[in-house]
Formats: sequence, structure tokens, C-alpha cells
Amino acid sequence: MSKNILWRFIVIAFFSLLAVVLFLPSTPISKSLPLWWKDKFPKIALGLDLQGGMHLVLQVDSEKAVENHIQRLIKGMEVVFKEKKIVFSEIKTQGSEVLISYQNADVKTSLEKAVGDNYPIFQKTSEKENSIAYALTDSETKRIKEWSTSQAIETIRNRIDKFGVTEPLIHAQGKNEIVVQLPGLKDPERAIALIGKTAVLEFKMLDEAGDLKKAMDGAGQIPEGDELLYEKRVDKETGAVRQTPYLIKKEAVLTGDLLTDARVAIDSQFNEPYVSITFDSQGARIFENITAQNINKRMAIILDGNVYSAPVIREKIGGGRAQISGSFTHETATDLAIVLRAGALPAPVKIIQNVTVGPSLGEDSIRAGIKAAIVGGILVLGFMLFYYKLSGLISDFAMILNIIMLLGAMAWFNATLTLPGIAGIVLTIGMGIDSNVLIFERIKEELKTGRTIRSAIDAGYDRAWWTIIDSHVTTLITAAVLFQFGSGPIKGFAVSLSIGILINLFTALVGTKVVFDFINQKRRMERLSI
Amino acid sequence: MNILKDTKINFIGKRYYAFVFSIILSLVGIIAAALIPLGKANLGIDFTGGVAIQLKFEKPFVLENARALLDKDGFEDTELQQFAENNRLLIRLKKAEGELKITSDKITAVFTKGFADNKFIIESTTAVGPTVGQKLQKDALWAVGISLLGILIYVAWRFELIFGIAAVVATFHDVLAVLGVFYVLNKEINLLIITALLTLAGYSLTDTVVVFDRIRENLRKRGKEVIEDIINRSINEVLSRTIVTSGTTLLVLISLLISGGEVIHDFSLALFLGVLVGTYSSIFVASPLLLLWKGKRGRLIR
Repeated sequence: MSKNILWRFIVIAFFSLLAVVLFLPSTPISKSLPLWWKDKFPKIALGLDLQGGMHLVLQVDSEKAVENHIQRLIKGMEVVFKEKKIVFSEIKTQGSEVLISYQNADVKTSLEKAVGDNYPIFQKTSEKENSIAYALTDSETKRIKEWSTSQAIETIRNRIDKFGVTEPLIHAQGKNEIVVQLPGLKDPERAIALIGKTAVLEFKMLDEAGDLKKAMDGAGQIPEGDELLYEKRVDKETGAVRQTPYLIKKEAVLTGDLLTDARVAIDSQFNEPYVSITFDSQGARIFENITAQNINKRMAIILDGNVYSAPVIREKIGGGRAQISGSFTHETATDLAIVLRAGALPAPVKIIQNVTVGPSLGEDSIRAGIKAAIVGGILVLGFMLFYYKLSGLISDFAMILNIIMLLGAMAWFNATLTLPGIAGIVLTIGMGIDSNVLIFERIKEELKTGRTIRSAIDAGYDRAWWTIIDSHVTTLITAAVLFQFGSGPIKGFAVSLSIGILINLFTALVGTKVVFDFINQKRRMERLSI
Repeated sequence: MNILKDTKINFIGKRYYAFVFSIILSLVGIIAAALIPLGKANLGIDFTGGVAIQLKFEKPFVLENARALLDKDGFEDTELQQFAENNRLLIRLKKAEGELKITSDKITAVFTKGFADNKFIIESTTAVGPTVGQKLQKDALWAVGISLLGILIYVAWRFELIFGIAAVVATFHDVLAVLGVFYVLNKEINLLIITALLTLAGYSLTDTVVVFDRIRENLRKRGKEVIEDIINRSINEVLSRTIVTSGTTLLVLISLLISGGEVIHDFSLALFLGVLVGTYSSIFVASPLLLLWKGKRGRLIR
């Protein structure tokens, strides 16, 4: 064997062996492999369509985030004006603008100065006789929107980490969308509830003087500064939902921002779970003051606009502890504690896409896909052997190398195998054969022109070379576009297709050639079996 | 072994028949493509937005009963599909309004009550908001456009511009043809099908490039032959390769069609049709198109 041929064999053998070492841990055989082998190597990941799981796309209501932010700024503004002794009558929002009104025209200059000095992010948009309108600058609005998405991602990641899902994938998409992928998820309902909750916790006082009946009659009857909220209780036995209305003062006396901890505890009296929360020192101080000032009044604990409970304050509560009760199961109490600890979302999120695949469907898909791959593979290998005889055997050998290396490369890149991805591999088998067919047909043509076998083989490879490159590059172009624009399963298809194409170039142009060269060198062939 | 002995089929001579056939195919495709933005075509919920739920029941059931249950509860617009031993049900509701989650919960509740003695598990649910659908539609259009442009640039660079244009026209023809057939068969056009269309664009191009390559080679060493004859001879020379390759690829796709499972059945069908029409178009569309522009002194290459 000449040195040249020997080297090529060594290279091929090395890569094949490497590929086998790489992909074996991703197969069912991995159970009987030694630990160092099983754990140290990257693996082919299974797509959600094959192993089951959930793919969510959430849309952050970034307009609402801006609104919330403006509300906070207004509160600060009121404090600033009071400090500077600027007499204003009202600060309120009007659409996306902030309207500051005043009685006395003398305050106008000092008011404008105070806003300009303290809130450069506000821009005056218009003024009337007794009021000035401000709006956030465009760059600030943009910043808040971006911040709301990244903050929401952070919070959701936090919640999912506490929930415990292996290998979650959370990332931003576009301006205000978040993609959440939870492979192998068992309880999608619970996960959606956990992720989608805005989790704004507020403590508000009840307006016990207000007329609840009138408020419930219709619009316009709710006292100024109040709102009508409901407490929903589900009867555990009958499943019936009972709604209790409350007339509540709009202003929150305390919010969930000041929480340091939230845990599930069991009520010893009724043996029911509740969530125990702990405030930080500031929150504890506020809570103590409020409770001291409102003894025998009722305070509502509100999450995302739903009243959880509205207990009567019996005494001053120090130590910064409170409890949220409501007809919880252990699960719902645990989830509430998780979302409270992870913090509120900066704005509500909406689920705009949800793909959930159960594990059984995934298993069936894998089985069907692999069966199709094996049947298709055998058909093609059999046809090649039948049609091209010995040369067909050589191309079959290249085809098998191709599949082994494809699997190895996918493991190496930690690529994700999806159901269309399996189809991509199957298609690679079909298209991969094409390179060999091109070469063989060319060799046949060259033989017809009366060349010797050796030179016909060389010419066949030479001439087919560029055709093969051209045809592969064009397919690669479409695979690259698919990768760029596709998502999930389709990306998986693009990955297996493009890796398959690249490896096919190698096995077709190097893999089969070396076998021909080797046979040719051993004994001068009189007839080529092709 | 040879499928074909030296063939001398006059492909170019039949180009006018082929053009008529191709124009009809393309027209159907163009109609289908034009109907897509109007919402008239059978689009998958990934494009229209909506809900799809797949249920697996313990026992086989009668499809009409499922239909009746849904109609009774106000889900007349749902599309039902039953498969695999008659115990799997795919329910699709396009353009669902309001909260998608609530809609899908309601649909499953219909069966919990209606098929009380036949328990089921939810195998998969897909809910897509309408804005996502529009974005995906736009993305898919971009993907088709960009890959065709990439192909045009590459082929024009490797060959001549006219080759690039002919290749892209042929590829576009194939994509339209398969789209048209899917429209006529009322098959659902979803993201997976768009993927298949792009893949078959790649495949059809491979086929065209192989023929073009031979045409170019023969043009370089041409004697007194006219271009028509060169093109004919080139197609004939690579004909056995074309048939063997298409044949093996079709073999593989048939196995995917038969045993690849429900999820990729239509995907495989699109690819199957694509290989057929792609093979046809490289011979009957791409190659004759070269004749339309012969360049200076009837030469195609510099």
C-alpha cells in the first residue's frame, strides 16, 4: 500500500472512530457505557417534538410597563413638589402624557424648573392656562420597553429555576417577545400559571364607609379613589366558585417590592396551607405603622387585581411578617411562594404561542422516524449494490460512513435532533448517493471513450468534482436560509441537512476514491465492476 | 448495468408542449400563492393563528360522534382529523378569538364529558396568536425570497447570468407547482411545508446544476453543433444519472411517506412531488430557457 493511500485510510478511520465515540453516548446503548464516556461527551439533544415539552412565546405588554413607570414617577414628583413647596392641584396621566395642573399661575416657572431639574426624561409637549403636559422622551420610552423585556426574562428565569425544570431555554426574540422552552415538562398547566402570572402583590385598605351596593349597581357609582375588586373562592368539594365583592381604596399602602421571603406554611388550626411572607426593614416599618393606625379596620391582600383575603387588623403587627391565606392547595401555595420570591413582572405578559408535546407522541415519532430511516437506507443501499455491483458496495460503505459521521458531528455540536431533522438525515442519504452516482456515471462514460480503468476513475472524479461542489453549495444556501428563518423543528432540519451535506462532500470525494485507488493499486483491474 | 443505453431523445424539440404544461402548473401555483395573503388557502394555524389539539383515546371512536359533540358546544368551525388505529384525534380551530388557553381548555372539556367512558390524554397542544402567524408568514416569504436570490447569485457567479436566471425560474416553477398541487389537494400549508418547499428548491437546483454543468462543458468543446443539439446531447448524457439519483431519493421519500408517521407525512409528500417536478424542470424548463438568450453570436458562454 502506498503511503498516500495509507494516510487517507488513517484519516478516514480516525474520523469514523471519533464519530462513533461521540455519538454512542446519545444512543440507548449509553446505559452500558462507562461513566467517563457517557458523561464527558457532548450529546445530541432531542427537540421538543421528540422528547415532549413546552415551547412558549410570551409578549411583554411594554406599553403597560411604560405606564407603570410613569405612575411611579408621578408619585416621586408629588414628593418633590411638596418638598419645594410648589402648590399644584393635581398630577394625572392622560393617555401617555402627564398632566400637571395648578391654580395659581405664579408657580408655573418654579414648577417647570423643578420638573426640568429632577426629571430631564420628561419633555414638555403642550401647555394650557392652568396646566402643563409632559411626555417621556422617545429614548426613555424605548429604554423602559427594553428594560421591561430583559427584566421579565430575568424574573421568569428565576421562577423556572425555583420550579425545577432541567435545561430550560429562555431568551428574547424581537423587541418585546420572550421564548421559553421547557423540555420534558410533566405539568404544562402549572408551568403556564407560574410563568404567566404578573404577581403584583398589593396591600390596600377597604373603604368600609363606601356604599358597596351602589357601587355594584353600575358604572359611576364607585366612590372617588376607590375600586371594586373580587375575592374568588373555589369550594374544594363542589368546585363551585363564590365571588365576594369588596370596595377598596385604590392607593396601595404597601406592595410586594419590599418582600424578602415567601414560604409555604401549614395552618395548625385548619390544617390548610398558606403563604408566609417577610418584609425587609423598610417594609416592616411601613407595615407596623399601617397596622397601628388601622386597628379594627380591614386590609385587603391583592395579587394581580384579585383579592386573596381581607382580614380585620386586630393589633399592631411588628416584625415584618404577614400571611396570605385563601383556599390554597399545597401546589398552588408553593407556586405562589415561588412567584412572590422571584418578584413581579414589570408588566403583564401574554402567551402568543404555545406548543406543547406530550412525551408519548414524541416516542411514537422517534420510532416512526427511525423506522423510515432504516427502511429507506436499506432500500437505497440495496439498489446501489444491485445496480453498480462492487462500486455500489463502495458507495454503500461511504453512505454508512456518512451517517456515522453525521451523527458524530451532531453530537459534537450539541445539535438538536427534531422529527424533520430525522427526515433531513433520511434525505441526506438520498442526496448523498447522488455524488456517487455522478462519479460512477462519469466513469462509465470515460470507459466508453476507451480509457484505461485507472484513468477513467481519475477522470470521473476530476470531472464530477465541480458538479458535486456546485450542487452541494446550492443546497447549503437554502439550508442556511432555513436555519436563519426557521424555529424549533425547522432549525433542527436545517442543521442535520447542512452537516449531512458537508460530510457527504468528504465521504464522496475522499472516502470512495481511496477504496478505488487501493483496489486499483493491488492488482491492475481488467474489468471494473460498475 | 445500465438502465439506459445511449439515448438520443429530442427533449428540446418538445419544449413547447413542456412550456404549456409548466405554465398551467405555475398558474395554479400562482393562484395558490396569491390566495395565501387573502386567507383563502388552507393555511396551517402557525400562519393563521389558532388552536390545534391532538388527543389520544384509550379506545377507537367514531369521528361523527366527535363532530356532533363539538357542533353542539359551538365549535362548528373546528376541523377534525382522525388517524392511527382510529383512536387519535386532531382538532384544529383557526383564527380563534380571545384567550387561546381558555379555548383549548373548553375543547378538551367537551370530550371529558362527551366521551366519559373513553379516557384520553392530550398528546400535544399548539396555540398561536394571530400576530405570530402574520410574522411567520412574512418570515416564510423572506426565506423563499432570500434563498432564491442566493441561488441566483451563486449560479450566475459559477456560470453566466442567463444560467442563473434559468435556474431560478425553474426552481421557482417547482416551488409553485408543488404549492399548486397542495392547494388543489386541499392540503394544509404550514411551516413544515414551507420548509419542504425550500428544501425541494435546493434539490431541484442540484439537478439543474448537473445538467447545466454538462451543457457548459459541451459548449466549451463545441464544434459545429447548434446550441439546440448541444443541450439535447448534454441532457441525454446525464440522463441515467438523473434517473438513478431521482429514483434513489424517491425510494427514500416513499419510505418516509409510508412509515415516517403522521407528523411528517405531508412534508414527505411535498418533497416527493418536489423531486418529481424538480427532475422534470431541469430537463424541460431550465435547459430550454437557455435558448431564449443566446448572447453574441449564439454563444452562451464567453
